[in-house]
Amino acid sequence: MSEHITNLTEATFDEVVNSSTETVVVDFWAEWCGPCKMIAPILDEIAAEQVNVVKVTKLNVDENPGIAQRFGVMSIPTLLVFKDGEVERRIVGAKGKSQLMAEIGL
Amino acid sequence: MSDVRDLVILGSGPAGLTAAIYTARASLDPLVIEGEPSSTGDQPGGQLMLTTEVENFPGFPHGIMGPELMMNFRQQAERFGAVLKTEKASKVDLSQRPFGVWVGDPDAIEPTYLAKTLIVATGATSLMLDLPGEQRLLGHGVSTCATCDGFFFRDHDIAVVGGGDSALEEATFLTRFARSVTIIHRRDELRGSRIMQDRAFANPKISFLWNSQVVDVIGDQAVQSIEVENVQTKARSTLAVTGLFVAIGHRPNTDLFVGQLDMKENGYLVTETPSTRTNVDGVFACGDVQDDTYRQAITASGSGCAAAIDAERWLEAQE
Repeated sequence: MSEHITNLTEATFDEVVNSSTETVVVDFWAEWCGPCKMIAPILDEIAAEQVNVVKVTKLNVDENPGIAQRFGVMSIPTLLVFKDGEVERRIVGAKGKSQLMAEIGL
Repeated sequence: MSDVRDLVILGSGPAGLTAAIYTARASLDPLVIEGEPSSTGDQPGGQLMLTTEVENFPGFPHGIMGPELMMNFRQQAERFGAVLKTEKASKVDLSQRPFGVWVGDPDAIEPTYLAKTLIVATGATSLMLDLPGEQRLLGHGVSTCATCDGFFFRDHDIAVVGGGDSALEEATFLTRFARSVTIIHRRDELRGSRIMQDRAFANPKISFLWNSQVVDVIGDQAVQSIEVENVQTKARSTLAVTGLFVAIGHRPNTDLFVGQLDMKENGYLVTETPSTRTNVDGVFACGDVQDDTYRQAITASGSGCAAAIDAERWLEAQE
């Protein structure tokens, strides 16, 4: 995992999402999800290319089921895009880089 | 203009990656356009990326997880020098050699890649029901990937649509999480293999709705129920489920080749069996994109090997 990606937990989620000035992308994922593995390197690239524009984070749903439930995540990968602590976009399912960037709003 | 390569492989499931392993070992320096991530099966690694335990791939006596098996294929291809690009072809020109393959803008004047031979291994994509509520509720109870989403349905009542091996495998897998799984099938008997049928019939959490089809998915923010119609009596009923998993079959990914490669009426590519030759000299097809009979990982892999050997011999004959 790239140095530009932050791992979130139930303990750190709110603070990171609410206190960031940049757009925050949260990747809801799990070890057993094939499509999640396929988008991981794409998110690494986006995180490295968009430093200070977006903060790319990951949340393991196995270890943090409460957060997934709170946001009604019922399918992974799901990306939630937060602006000022509010969900601005919801991206469901794995996609290619250009499409992901467009849907994140880059 | 890009250099002319000996070989470009489109697709990276068992067929495409087996072709890559063989042709890389034969020093053909294959370029694999592996596809772009999606949650439909049309993606790098192919349909096995959406499966759980693969029990029937020889060489793994204790089974192996689908995504792990495909990662192994990938590593094996890369070990011999195959180059994999996480891109999707947007256009091909097979009217002249070298063949042109476009990635990105299909209207670009120059193709992205030029190749003396092309191996088509673009596979197949799972079919959806094509109902109004289905797309809207995708990711909110409607799912195309049981392994990805089963976890979110712990103690829920859910339904699986379909009667083949994929439907039975998904239903059986989903009983790990769900309270009940209803299999909805439009016929009165299953198409799946004996072993999968026996497992499903023996599973106390699985029940069946025969001769039935889903006609509507109901729910604002998430699936609340589905409307089911009996195909014989036309009687409708509501089934209270929070999850709907669709496994009703596949269609081949052949849109790129319409008008250029011969296809059957159902869209599968035609090959000159027992070879993998298509109607265009120098273009070979393998795996599910040309197989509407067996559709197994091992048969796809076998035909990928055949395509690699066919392409290699074709190139040798040109020299």
